[in-house]
Amino acid sequence: MAVHKVLGIETEFGILHRNEGDSNPVAASSMIINAYVNGFLERRVGWDFEDEHPGLDARGFNEFDALAPEIETHLVNAVLTNGARYYVDHAHPELATPECTDALQCTTYDRAAEEILIRSMDKANELLPDGEELVIHKNNSDGKGNSYGCHENYLVDRSVPFGRIVQEIMPFFVSRQIFCGAGKVGSEAPGLTHSDVPFQITQRADFFEEEVGLETTLKRPIVNTRDEPHADSKKYRRLHVIVGDANMSEVQTYLKLGVTAIVLAMIDDNMAPKDCAFEASVQTLRKISYDIDLSMVHRLATGESVSAIDVQWAYYAAAEKWADRNGFEVIGGQDIGLDLMKRWHDVLEALENDPDSLADSIDWIAKRRLYEGYRERHNLKWSDPKLAALDLQYHDLRPDKGLARRIGLKRITDDSEVETAIGNPPPSTRAYFRGRCLERYPDAIVAANWDSMVFDIGTDPLRRVPMLEPLRGTAAHVGNLLDECTTAAELLRRLGT
Amino acid sequence: MAEREQRRRSTSRTDDAEIEETPSAQAGEELKAELDDLLDEIDGVLETNAEEFVKNYVQKGGE
Repeated sequence: MAVHKVLGIETEFGILHRNEGDSNPVAASSMIINAYVNGFLERRVGWDFEDEHPGLDARGFNEFDALAPEIETHLVNAVLTNGARYYVDHAHPELATPECTDALQCTTYDRAAEEILIRSMDKANELLPDGEELVIHKNNSDGKGNSYGCHENYLVDRSVPFGRIVQEIMPFFVSRQIFCGAGKVGSEAPGLTHSDVPFQITQRADFFEEEVGLETTLKRPIVNTRDEPHADSKKYRRLHVIVGDANMSEVQTYLKLGVTAIVLAMIDDNMAPKDCAFEASVQTLRKISYDIDLSMVHRLATGESVSAIDVQWAYYAAAEKWADRNGFEVIGGQDIGLDLMKRWHDVLEALENDPDSLADSIDWIAKRRLYEGYRERHNLKWSDPKLAALDLQYHDLRPDKGLARRIGLKRITDDSEVETAIGNPPPSTRAYFRGRCLERYPDAIVAANWDSMVFDIGTDPLRRVPMLEPLRGTAAHVGNLLDECTTAAELLRRLGT
Repeated sequence: MAEREQRRRSTSRTDDAEIEETPSAQAGEELKAELDDLLDEIDGVLETNAEEFVKNYVQKGGE
């Protein structure tokens, strides 16, 4: 039986410091996060790097030739009362949502992340001299060959051979972009111009060069092998997925997370399709991204030629069988499972028959409709800077400038739930314990990370509380305990640490 | 909209599309009007110096 697909999403946001001659993106990102921490939080609690090992490879070795991700301990790093991590990564503000138990909950936290960035931006701009402005974009590329990520994380069963996960998830990752892509004007792959690729399905396909690997900053792989479970490593892996776009459409974020969780549960249970491998995954990833009419077929290792939609239908059919046998408990229950299956089915059908009908729910299709209309109206070539500007502005988080929020994209989250998610953790994972402790005992917490918290209750030594089970420390487990304990010392005593 | 006509349909679907011609043409008109309103609005909020904005939008790689 598959392990519960605990999941989260981490987004690096684009940042611009306008009218500042010598703008430094690291300083700008720090201003954004500091503005939020100082403006909205009672006390800053830092991140604890004790258990960070981003150089460990799921294939069972430390790859010394590869560039392991750096840990930048000196940069701004905060933990929020909703259980999220909010920090400067490289030269971007990044927000990693708390661990969630289903795709809808995680989509609410992703939307809450946007609101947190908007509030940070407003607060930071109050502090800047007149004329200067910090602007945040939820996108993945600057259109000049620089890319930054939107990563997903899923809990998977350690006993499943990693090689099988790679094989069985690869065709799904290569083809899911037809409903996950955020769309982009032009291409940033070497040698391609606007006449080769006027518009494409994804922000990120241009940047992937390998099928499998440890890197995230160069030679990016479709399946990332970072083996850092942030949980009991004997029982779990965390699949770190780097091949997605940051979506403005909530429907897409929901589908991306939910359908991927279903496919990974199917792989845990050894029920995923085994005959869908593309002959050349990296090249096919790009070809699909460049094929905005969805008309191309691609060669499989079996010699067959199929479309991206065909491959998705194969996964869909396998998922129906998997669900018949196993139900949807491990992805969040029957209601959400049936809803995801229906939406997955309907989106594939619409992509086959009437893609434009998805202009209210799929970013790349919304963009295509908008940009084609704009081109027609102003008689513009695809290479016109106005289209590149539109393509940035689609992702602009300023409420008065952002286009995505004006074009009538369907919503699936609720404003009051998003407001709750800004300050409160999901009740159903260990993020509950993290977030509630931060809210109740901020002065007693020295540092926190995904799988532990360090308390200082005034008597030596510091106490580390391990949280190796993502589904322990929930409201059901510790809600009453936290309500009853007025001090961290009392909490630790009752926890027996 | 031009792209609607250019879109490739599988041949087996053509008959269905013809049967629904009237309502879908109507829906098409509504969509077009909606898009026109949207484009008016976008003309109003687009960065005034698009070329400069795009030129200055340079990010460091991340992840």
